[in-house]
Amino acid sequence: MTSRHNQVKKTVAALGMVAGAMAFGATTSDAADPIKIGTFLSVTGPASFLGDPELKTLELYIEELNANGGVLGRQVELIQYDVGVDSKKAITAVKRLVSQDEVDVIVGGSTSGATMAVIPIVEKSQVPFISLAGAVAIVEPVKKWTFKTPHTDKMACGKIFEDLQARGLNDIAMISGTGGFGKSMKGQCEKLAPAYKINIKASESYGPKDTDMTAQLTKIKGIDGVQAVVNAGFGQGPAIVTKNYRQLGMTAPLYQSHGVASKKYIDLAGEAAEGVRLPAAALLVADMLPDSDPQKAVVQTYTKAYSEAYGGSVSTFGGHAYDGLQIAVAAITRAGSTDKAAVRDEIEKTSGYIGTGGVVNMTPEDHLGLDLSAFKMLEIKNGNWSIVK
Amino acid sequence: MFAEFLQFLFSGITLGATYALVGLGFSIIYNASHVINFAQGEFVMLGGMGTVFFLGLGLPMPIAILAAIALTTLFGFGLEKLAIAPARGASVVTLIIITIGASIVMRGLAQVFWGKEFHAVPAFSGDEPINIAGATILPQSLWVLGVTVLLVFALRYFFDKTMMGKAIIATSLNRDAALLMGINVKLVLFISFGLSAALGAIAGILVAPITLTNFEAGIMLGLKGFCAAILGGLGNGMGAVAGGMIVGIAEAMGAGYWVSEYKDAVAFILILLVLFFKPSGLFGKTGTERV
Amino acid sequence: MMMNLKSAKTGGILVLCAVIAILPAFLSNAFQYEIAILIGFNAIVCIGLNLLIGYGGQISLGHGAFVGLGAYGSAILTMNQGWDPLLSMVIAAIFTGILAFVIARPILKLKGHYLAMATLGMGIIISIVINTEDQLTGGPDGMYVDGLSFMATQIYWYWLVGALLVFSVWASLNLIHSPIGRALRAVHGSEVAAEVVGVDTTQYKVLIFVVSAVFASIVGSFGVYYSNFVTPDIAGFFHSIELVVMVVFGGMASTFGAVIGAAILTTLPQFLTFLHDYEHLVFGLILMLTMIFLPKGLVPSIAGLLKKGDK
Repeated sequence: MTSRHNQVKKTVAALGMVAGAMAFGATTSDAADPIKIGTFLSVTGPASFLGDPELKTLELYIEELNANGGVLGRQVELIQYDVGVDSKKAITAVKRLVSQDEVDVIVGGSTSGATMAVIPIVEKSQVPFISLAGAVAIVEPVKKWTFKTPHTDKMACGKIFEDLQARGLNDIAMISGTGGFGKSMKGQCEKLAPAYKINIKASESYGPKDTDMTAQLTKIKGIDGVQAVVNAGFGQGPAIVTKNYRQLGMTAPLYQSHGVASKKYIDLAGEAAEGVRLPAAALLVADMLPDSDPQKAVVQTYTKAYSEAYGGSVSTFGGHAYDGLQIAVAAITRAGSTDKAAVRDEIEKTSGYIGTGGVVNMTPEDHLGLDLSAFKMLEIKNGNWSIVK
Repeated sequence: MFAEFLQFLFSGITLGATYALVGLGFSIIYNASHVINFAQGEFVMLGGMGTVFFLGLGLPMPIAILAAIALTTLFGFGLEKLAIAPARGASVVTLIIITIGASIVMRGLAQVFWGKEFHAVPAFSGDEPINIAGATILPQSLWVLGVTVLLVFALRYFFDKTMMGKAIIATSLNRDAALLMGINVKLVLFISFGLSAALGAIAGILVAPITLTNFEAGIMLGLKGFCAAILGGLGNGMGAVAGGMIVGIAEAMGAGYWVSEYKDAVAFILILLVLFFKPSGLFGKTGTERV
Repeated sequence: MMMNLKSAKTGGILVLCAVIAILPAFLSNAFQYEIAILIGFNAIVCIGLNLLIGYGGQISLGHGAFVGLGAYGSAILTMNQGWDPLLSMVIAAIFTGILAFVIARPILKLKGHYLAMATLGMGIIISIVINTEDQLTGGPDGMYVDGLSFMATQIYWYWLVGALLVFSVWASLNLIHSPIGRALRAVHGSEVAAEVVGVDTTQYKVLIFVVSAVFASIVGSFGVYYSNFVTPDIAGFFHSIELVVMVVFGGMASTFGAVIGAAILTTLPQFLTFLHDYEHLVFGLILMLTMIFLPKGLVPSIAGLLKKGDK
């Protein structure tokens, strides 16, 4: 009896020591430290349209990664700060991510303004950074540590102009948001217009928090010969533009950018959105893609996972975050460590990655890796997306 | 030309009516308590977002609207009981900061419970614009105008004819005298906050179908309402209505004939000009200060 | 009495110096230094604003605009005109001072809530101009600005801001205990009474308005050179409100209250980030509860409690 008691005691002690050693190991060994992914998003404010699904996507997939044993046998930790639409807040957040939280990679930046503001810090502190914002200036010229996943505003202009040409429309008016994306896209469209023989007859703008654009649209309405109107912007602004457009009885075709590529836009604009065209990623029309499309499986899986977790429908913005996370994780896996230079090199070598935005082939000269074929021209019909043939 | 002018005017009076209701809310609270309630805009937001919430529960539109007004009114009562009453005697600046704190709390609650997304509220009677002499107006704008006119008359009646209304006026004129006359000043304060919250909520519900709504929708509306109240002369209810209309129309004309980017500035430029020449607003009393 | 005041003043400044000197021992990375430097900047603006609110009895809901004018003045002159940063800063401060002087007379004639509205309106107009004139200011996305070449590292900035803070506290305390300060307190107590006994209230109010605007402008300039970036939010309504809240939270009419208010309210949001969605809610609650239960602000309320304890 006593001996058995002793044995039990011994076993318990031994187990205790093992557990202690393991616990000790966990706090010192690098291998068990979590991999830290930092993000700064516009979760609140006029760009929450973008930041909200982005954050939800990151949280969802990092949870899934961890449930499947993490990356390189380490857990993944997401560190996030909400920066609204203030670039200054984005700078503070990135400084904090880099020096206080010491993250291994940053996947974030909902708006072009915030992304452009933090690039100098990112480049100086040499942390791989995958941006989720639209402006072409983020990757042109190429910056060593900065990458991005969404299609650029320049590509959106190109796609829209292609469609205008096909319909034989040349004289257009633009109405743009004053924030980074709207301003940048307006500039890109103006640059690109001559090549497509497009003539921009009028250009109006509105602030990020405006709730009434009838005045600007009334001015456009008063100009003779405007055959189509292009709205460059994201968030609730374009939804109000769309409502006001119909209210004023304007009938020329209205084009939006991929900045509104979310079901939310249709919900907000309601019936006024009927007939609106926009370039967007295949994600929005997952079920309408032909089975031969390489993206079909990816976008269907993502759509299912996101809707099951959060209800509601997907937006391409969440998709950008998904692509950014997958590219980062794949690069870390290939690099076999979180060494920042190695991870950066591997991100740059991303090729043949099939994501929600298209097939990504990055090179040292191209930190985006998407081409126009990844863009579909969509039209809103009966409250849903449809592909323009 | 005329059609354009008319179009800007329609925009202006719709906005103006909303500002007028918010401005009235500021006036009522100011009259009863001499507090400028910086959470007034949040009442507007609660009205719009509350309607979205109750509609989401499957309630029919009229019930959802009433529920949203009731909910906001509760917030108004709560603000008075839990924050303003305990701080009696604090300085004006302290009271302003308490209401700013309250506005942050209300935005925070809305964000936590209802999310950050923008929401559309269906228009009360469709989205088909009505054509008038080449300009168009939404049926919802007519609702905004109609309800505003109705409320203004109802409030006039309330303040002129009912005991409670008269008690509020008496308290605003001289609190101590009102107390001596046996007026329940505490109740007057309580009612004023509730009434003002309800007005804000109605304004929020009326414009939500036009402007969309989210948890931050009340900030600018609150500031413009404050402009309306000051322009008309603080505490002058009819002045606030006139102030709201002036601000709304000036804004729409500014956006139409000047630069649209500066339309939010129009209200504030106007208010500075007026204050420089009439330091207590267009219709305010210029009283002597007591030592 | 005089002796007492003097010693409290020197004592306070010595404590402040000691805190600034010892703090680096507890700061372990660039982000923590960043917060310390931000506290310093905010505290200096608040000291200026406190002169206006606490001693002048005049509320300003537009002070962010003055910070913004300094920031953008410096940014535009250095980046678009290629001027020397320090010269740009001085010119921006002079410009802000002149602007403040010009608008001070009509604005300060207003009383109470009308004054609040006018300063708020002025601030919003300036912030809309900054947002709209994007050729000049970069619009809502803000603009990049080169730093000061001789301020190579963050540590330099820490000591510079620390020195500026000590100087500001010293200057503020001296002003308060000068004849001007006494006149100001009379204005705060009762303007009419002060006028009756021959104090030119408007003159003093204008003076203090301009001084606080210049304080704000200089901080705005330094802030831009430090962070190399400026966005319109700096001139916005929320920043203005934030500054007033710092002054009142710390305690009106208390220079050290302004410093402590700035320190707490700059740090608090950084601590609350872990609450994510609940961050703003909790911040608002803390603000409300403090003002309800300590309506005079932290420093005067606590000082009051200590005095009671002594008796």
